[in-house]
Amino acid sequence: MTVHSFQEHFDSLIDREIAIEPKDWMPDNYRKTLIRQISQHAHSEIIGMLPEGNWITRAPSLRRKAVLLAKVQDEAGHGLYLYSAAETLGISRDEMYDQLHTGKAKYSSIFNYPTLTWADIGAIGWLVDGAAIMNQVPLCRTSYGPYARAMVRVCKEESFHQRQGFEIMLTLSKGTEVQRKMAQDAFNRWWWPSLMMFGPPDAESPHTEQSVRWRIKRFTNDELRQKFVDVTTEQAKVLGLDMPDPEIKWNEERGHYDFGKINWDEFWNVVKGNGPCNKQRLEARNKAWNEGQWVRDAAMAYAAKKKNKAAEAA
Amino acid sequence: MSLIYTLRLADDALILGHRISEWTGHGPILEQDIAITNTALDHLGRARSLYQYAAELFNQLPDAQKTSAFTSVAINALVAAGTPVDEDDLAYLRDSGDFRNLLLTEQPNGDWACTIARSFYYDAFHYFYFSALQHSSNAALAAIAAKSLKETTYHLRWSSEWVIRLGDGTEESHSRMQQAIDNMWMYTGEMLTMSAAEQEALAAGYGVDIAQIAPLWQNRVKEILDEATLSLPSGTWMQQGGKDGIHSENMGFILAEMQFLQRAYPGMEW
Repeated sequence: MTVHSFQEHFDSLIDREIAIEPKDWMPDNYRKTLIRQISQHAHSEIIGMLPEGNWITRAPSLRRKAVLLAKVQDEAGHGLYLYSAAETLGISRDEMYDQLHTGKAKYSSIFNYPTLTWADIGAIGWLVDGAAIMNQVPLCRTSYGPYARAMVRVCKEESFHQRQGFEIMLTLSKGTEVQRKMAQDAFNRWWWPSLMMFGPPDAESPHTEQSVRWRIKRFTNDELRQKFVDVTTEQAKVLGLDMPDPEIKWNEERGHYDFGKINWDEFWNVVKGNGPCNKQRLEARNKAWNEGQWVRDAAMAYAAKKKNKAAEAA
Repeated sequence: MSLIYTLRLADDALILGHRISEWTGHGPILEQDIAITNTALDHLGRARSLYQYAAELFNQLPDAQKTSAFTSVAINALVAAGTPVDEDDLAYLRDSGDFRNLLLTEQPNGDWACTIARSFYYDAFHYFYFSALQHSSNAALAAIAAKSLKETTYHLRWSSEWVIRLGDGTEESHSRMQQAIDNMWMYTGEMLTMSAAEQEALAAGYGVDIAQIAPLWQNRVKEILDEATLSLPSGTWMQQGGKDGIHSENMGFILAEMQFLQRAYPGMEW
């Protein structure tokens, strides 16, 4: 087959909605795009453990503590499947870590915001996991098989997390005045960054068109963002919380909620490294990795010794 | 009485689980981050079962005994109001003098070797301890012990494997592991010494005879350290006090952190 016919075969698999598998021929850019997207996604899971882990030792009840521990552990598990999915494209986990630790790779900017109160744990579950689910459910049908299969499991767990977060918010909003204020304050701080999670507006999104063609992406950033606004505005009513955006208004004609202007300067500023916690998050990851070096070396050395012994015995 | 006996076991589980949970998100490799978080969840789960049972026991006491059980102003206020206590009150409203966990459990995580040494000593002891306690005449404690034994069997396998891997890994890991095994050693004696509540429990038929467990623990520790090419510490001085509520300076900070929300926003549902 010529490159041309490889390309035709690939295109026809995509068009017929047949999953691309690791050993199939794929265009270089398809591979690169997937490595970038999947590894960013994996990094986001791992960095996301930090703001939530921040409240494990301070969770207000033993039940909440157990739920939060299990949740953060799930994120680690998601990171693991996603790194494995990316590895099928020919990059090693160590290379991906290196890109993360040196600041070369990006991760979801939302995790560069701080968790200041317990309500932030509720808000993250409700809003951040809620936004993540909207982004991720379509990925269960993404064209690359290993990624799609990893996402099926990730999405099941994320929807648990979203419900748990909503339940924290519900408990707070039905609690005392001070708890209601805590919930509102967390909502106010996490609302706009959550909208930014869907990425830049379609007109300025450099990768969207090609990704839609390759069926990596199934909906555009703006479509998903609108869906999130519509769903979340209704949920906020159940919580009895005020929308942090005074311009939120039902638009009968569009059948959607209109909403205010997103501060994209803030978004790009955080992406560039100037968010409240970019530095701390990367430092924490680097510290864990560097301080774990001797542990990993020891594990490798021990495994090699055992292998040698087994070989001698054989 | 069985309240103090139960609380001691619960406090061990809560405080060790708290320490281990500090690793979540900061482990040396992702797979181990997941494994150690699982262990933290097991300890926390055991703490909850034991606190729930302890709360039942506490709520059955006559009022005079309730108010003298702890130094906690917050718990005494609940008693005065006629409100029963629950698992969270026992975890979040007592001060360090009312906690009876082993000093071992409150030691800081240190490096990975230090965390492993602390867990290894604890797991090796509790494997035998829960094996015995599952036959307790107290049905609640027996059931909790039987469940805990399954988890502890896994914990012991995990911590033993790490002691061996680090002991027989590189020069650096060997020296770190030996140091950790030596440093934690002085907190092991307390496990092997029976408190008044433990003696009472044994006499009443629901406790465990630690004198029978001590040699099993010693043999297991020696066996694993041998395989790890590490030496058994020879120090004889042992720190004591945790079982009687006399803790290290670590304890106040653990509680300040853990109890922060319940203290700053008292009496609320979370």
